[in-house]
Amino acid sequence: MTTTRRGLSLLLVMGLGLVAASCGSDEKKSAGAADGPVTITVGCEPPKSNPKEREAWEADVAAFQKAHPNITVEGKDAFPCINPDTFQAKLAGGTQEDVFYVYYTDVRKIIEKKQAADISQYVGSVKPVNDLRKDVMSVFKDGDQTYGLPRNNYNMGLVYNRKLFTQAGLDPANPPKTWDEVRAAAKKIAALGPGYVGFGEYSAGNTGGWHFAAELYARGGSMVSDDGKTAAFKSDEGKAVLENLKRTRWDDNSMGSKQLLQWEDLMRMMGGGKLGMMIGAPDVVQSVNNDFKGRFDDYGVTAVPESDGKSSLSGGDGYMFNPKASPEKIKAGLLWLEFHELTPGQGQFNYARSKEQGRPVGLPIPDLYGNSAPGNEINSLRKQYATVPVDNFTPYVAAQGNITNKLEPPKAQELYAVLDVAMSAVLTRKDADIDKLLNDAESKANKILAKNT
Amino acid sequence: MTVTEERVRRPQPGATDPRSPDDHGALRRAVGRNLTAYGFLCAALICFALFSWYPMIREIVLSFQQNNFVDPGEWVGFDNFRTVIADPAFRAAWLNTAAFSGLALVIGYAVPFVLAVVLNELKHAKAYLRFVVYLPVMLPPAVAVLLFKWFYDPGAGLFNQALDAAHLPPLSWLDSTSTALVSLVIVSTWMNLGTGTLIYLAALQSIPGDLYESAELDGAGLFKRVWHVTIPQTKLILLVMLLLQVVATMQVFIEPYLLTGGGPENATVTVAYLMYQYAFNFGDFGGGSALGLMLMIVLLVFSTIYLRVSREEAER
Repeated sequence: MTTTRRGLSLLLVMGLGLVAASCGSDEKKSAGAADGPVTITVGCEPPKSNPKEREAWEADVAAFQKAHPNITVEGKDAFPCINPDTFQAKLAGGTQEDVFYVYYTDVRKIIEKKQAADISQYVGSVKPVNDLRKDVMSVFKDGDQTYGLPRNNYNMGLVYNRKLFTQAGLDPANPPKTWDEVRAAAKKIAALGPGYVGFGEYSAGNTGGWHFAAELYARGGSMVSDDGKTAAFKSDEGKAVLENLKRTRWDDNSMGSKQLLQWEDLMRMMGGGKLGMMIGAPDVVQSVNNDFKGRFDDYGVTAVPESDGKSSLSGGDGYMFNPKASPEKIKAGLLWLEFHELTPGQGQFNYARSKEQGRPVGLPIPDLYGNSAPGNEINSLRKQYATVPVDNFTPYVAAQGNITNKLEPPKAQELYAVLDVAMSAVLTRKDADIDKLLNDAESKANKILAKNT
Repeated sequence: MTVTEERVRRPQPGATDPRSPDDHGALRRAVGRNLTAYGFLCAALICFALFSWYPMIREIVLSFQQNNFVDPGEWVGFDNFRTVIADPAFRAAWLNTAAFSGLALVIGYAVPFVLAVVLNELKHAKAYLRFVVYLPVMLPPAVAVLLFKWFYDPGAGLFNQALDAAHLPPLSWLDSTSTALVSLVIVSTWMNLGTGTLIYLAALQSIPGDLYESAELDGAGLFKRVWHVTIPQTKLILLVMLLLQVVATMQVFIEPYLLTGGGPENATVTVAYLMYQYAFNFGDFGGGSALGLMLMIVLLVFSTIYLRVSREEAER
């Protein structure tokens, strides 16, 4: 009988709902005196299980507080830094940090729901903001209003296992540039033996729709119309994305038989050394190395095939401010972010310290500044203190100059959920009708967007 | 009613204080006698109020609001209901939930009963087998579900290896729209059959042995004994378990959440999973609550029948 189990799992969902629902008190933070002491809570402090990063964070907090004796920074550690399941609950329960961490995917939703403070009148004091890439800053803007600052930025590429390329007789220094080349390479890798997967792709938990968008952008397509009111993925480019996947899956049989993969699945497969290629940014390599037993030396990243002169889906993360935070907290938070996230040679860009600690240096991310002065300074520090094989990322870096970063669509999660259906269909059903799938998805997406607008 | 009790309940006519010192003493003694019971009752009431009733009330309120948990919620009437009903996944979620419950009745309801009958008939190794049957219940649900994720792997998974050994073609299990839901029912059944089996076993053991002896003397075999003695004697518990099973399986969440993410092609999206998507992935607590309220109303019907049946059983 399932009563107890169901009770427990429902209690879990209800419990989260309870916390979110029940604690919506209007706690007002008192605005402290302009020059008085202020304490800010900041999300995404590295957990104790990650001692080197934690040590660096604590050293940075000490240095910052010494320079700003009136400000106390209280880090809140969590892994992962944000859990969408608890975001609303923390906000409602009054435990959301003053300066909270977000993924790009969630920024638009948070702004729309007015769940972050408008920092427009304070952000002018942050000098590096003028040098930040305009497309990166636009993630946190709504018209002229600003709601946050970036910490990390990248765009999608093709992550590949160099070791498997060599084993399959492919040249790891010359990764695929077209989808036909991807298919050819995938076939050779899959032929290495049982369990080897040439090209892996997501199709569940909204990650399928996310990668559909990445592959669509790289082909020059769009998820929504310019005014954001209607879906635009039922296009030649959208059809090409699904047809290509269908052929790779069923004609070539190089995508493995297990589908409905979600974020962690491909990471684990990549770390396990039996997956040849996947769509992803350089942060995938970092994750695979740190959390899935992979080795930096074994992986390379290049641009998404055939994306030259077109777009790439951008991704990243940053910080926003609690809507109940006082002006003093916002000002203090901005000072902290300027110091820790945006200053070359300090905080996250203190590559000298990272090298000394044995942490990876040399990945071509974050790319916050493009080719502006701070960007060049960061790149030069990266080269100077590199500990990972930077050549493995050269094809990706080289392509950046000719690729435009493109933001995620409005109502991203809802649209991704809709497109999961199409992605899972072509990967699990040989007779999937792509035109019908796109028609259905378009009709569903239009309803979602109509509600939004 | 005793004299003392009557005094406590009835005020004496003409008295200024309706309770005499004796009455107070009796009341104190009555309260004192039941203090422990009141303590337990309060603890239970507080727990239910905090973790059951209050969230339910808040859910009902939220289903009629747009709420960002920063500003006071805005009343939007039935907008949230209209939104979720217009969602194409809504119909799929209800159909899948009904199909899951139906399949769970066929598989998950029958298997524990059959197992209980077999265990009851066994002469040896009863305790050991009961332990083995109950073992999966002791696994944390997430662990049990993830174990099956490996079993279902189309390549190296245990089930396809077994099919291969039997020279049978492999199945896609979770990756096919035709087998995904059944696969979830199998997981659910395996995880929970221990509890059901033990409850059925307890019911079976309460059947007087002389009924079986009489049946045996009349020449009834195992099947006839089950049909003519076991089932009639456990009819009410079977009905109660059936209703509980329906109520429980209609709330299926963890299996699609961990195994399929609602796929392929929404084939395993259930009402509880869609509720989760709305509330936590889309940040739309209003929509999630509206779905929750709809599910609650449906379950209320089954719960009412359950209450009636269990009352009948208690009066029997």
